[in-house]
Amino acid sequence: MRIVVLVKPVPDTASGGERLRPDDWRLDRAAVPAVVNANDEYALEAALKLTEAHGGEVHLVSMAGPAAPETMRKALAMGAASGTLVTDDALAGSDVVSTTRVLAAAVRDLEYDLLLAGADTSDGGAGVVPAGVAALLGLPYLSYAAKIEPNPDAGTVRVNRITPTGYEVLEGPMPALIVATQALGEPRYPSLKGIMAARSKSLETKALADVAAGDAPVGGAAATTTVLDATAPPPRAATRVIREPADEAARQVVAFLAERRII
Amino acid sequence: MAGEIWVHGEVTADGSLANISTEVATIARTLAEAAGAAVVGVVVAADPAAAASELARFLPRVLAVSEPAAADHAAGAIVGQRLAALIERDQPAWLLTGAGPDGRDVAGVVSALSGWGVLVNAVGVAWDQGPVVTMSVFGGKLTTTSRFATEHGIVTVRPNAIEAAPAVQAGSVEPTTVDGELTLPKVRVVDRVAEAGAAAPIEEARIIVAGGRGVGGPDGFKVVEELAEALGGAVGATRAAVDAGWIPYAQQIGQTGKIVKPALYLALGISGAIQHKVGMQTAETIVAVNRDPDSPIAEFADVVVIGDLFEVAPALLAALRTRAG
Repeated sequence: MRIVVLVKPVPDTASGGERLRPDDWRLDRAAVPAVVNANDEYALEAALKLTEAHGGEVHLVSMAGPAAPETMRKALAMGAASGTLVTDDALAGSDVVSTTRVLAAAVRDLEYDLLLAGADTSDGGAGVVPAGVAALLGLPYLSYAAKIEPNPDAGTVRVNRITPTGYEVLEGPMPALIVATQALGEPRYPSLKGIMAARSKSLETKALADVAAGDAPVGGAAATTTVLDATAPPPRAATRVIREPADEAARQVVAFLAERRII
Repeated sequence: MAGEIWVHGEVTADGSLANISTEVATIARTLAEAAGAAVVGVVVAADPAAAASELARFLPRVLAVSEPAAADHAAGAIVGQRLAALIERDQPAWLLTGAGPDGRDVAGVVSALSGWGVLVNAVGVAWDQGPVVTMSVFGGKLTTTSRFATEHGIVTVRPNAIEAAPAVQAGSVEPTTVDGELTLPKVRVVDRVAEAGAAAPIEEARIIVAGGRGVGGPDGFKVVEELAEALGGAVGATRAAVDAGWIPYAQQIGQTGKIVKPALYLALGISGAIQHKVGMQTAETIVAVNRDPDSPIAEFADVVVIGDLFEVAPALLAALRTRAG
């Protein structure tokens, strides 16, 4: 079973230092260290478990800046076999339309049974690219997976898709695009052996011209959206600390909620 | 006349209109007034009648598309294709939908098929020759204002961005058909499974009572659930509580879970680590109960009670019940 996982380097949210560049309001990727987007790690973990159970290997695809190989090595260290990075100055400032087109183009000529993507990214947070990639590639689309069960003999895959009230069991033919969530299970930490092995794994870098993105315009110059302004929201009021015993504390909290007309 | 503003009416498993769509419709109607444009709802479902007439309480005109394939197939790709075809036919300028899983699936398909840009996770939408979208990024650390560089686009709207308000006069429902085969592969729905506890999407809850590691185990969540019930709210959780198996993932709030903006967020035994904070810090009011006065949540909550949640939560329950009489 061959699985392609879409991964994106994002600013480390734990750093707390994410910012936009004041001149063009683009994400300042130099400001904070990059990590593999958390939801993509769940996708990768699920992919690794599936290849451990069914054989085969995992290939990474990313569209990102020139510093991305460092982050992608971390994903290779988790156990992916190889990767493709599409990186090009012209792609800086890409919107979701461009990102969808370029990722679809980068995946189009690969051979795979499953294409996995994280539910959204911690920087852009759009959560619309995987559905778009599936639409452009004409792939069955199984989103918000809490469980993935391929049946290689039948050439189908089942997914438990999380819904507000439970889940629906989806079944589609492979190859298919599946959107991964945290419910698939905790990602592994790279082993020392994995980290060593990652150094020599194949990580192919492609420019925009190397992927067949077609005639549709892509990149920062073709962006369909533009940020006008970014401001810090007004700070929250100072915290009121209640240290009284439970009954008195509860009385004060209820009075506070009533005062704010919440109850 | 400015281009039409369209609203994607999301349909729940039982065929009714999703709450989020009433909020999206309310926003769209306000925009249409400011723009002097027409506003139209679109419902695509196996049986769109119920959701379409509900949406027509909010909008003057609703297109109802019967799509038999949606009865037992995953909706995202099907609804997305039909919407893209209708957009091609009727040439509206803007499409608004919810920022939850169903809205995102449809927005992604329409964006790819139509080449329309998407502004995501709107917490407010104003009008200035086009939608001007306010969103909260980096977990509420920044508020950005964006617009489209083109004459059309898709906006995904977060729950609780606005209070839904029906129109003064209900609109009309127009059954319509869309020509053409569905070309994207269909994904069969083999089964629909209901799990207890999640009656409504947690993102839409006005009040959320959430538990973290400090709750200690599945038994500890009983008091969280009782408090949520007493307040008429939903139950939320941190990743630690979900990973420990105390509560389903659907209730998780934070970076890899849901982003919520309730009127009240009552946090029990939650330290307020950044991965959780990004999912809830735009709540209007945050009240925390924590033993540790130095926990991060004590710095950004409106009220923090320093104490044992197993003493404070029952006391809160009692005080609420006394008040309710």
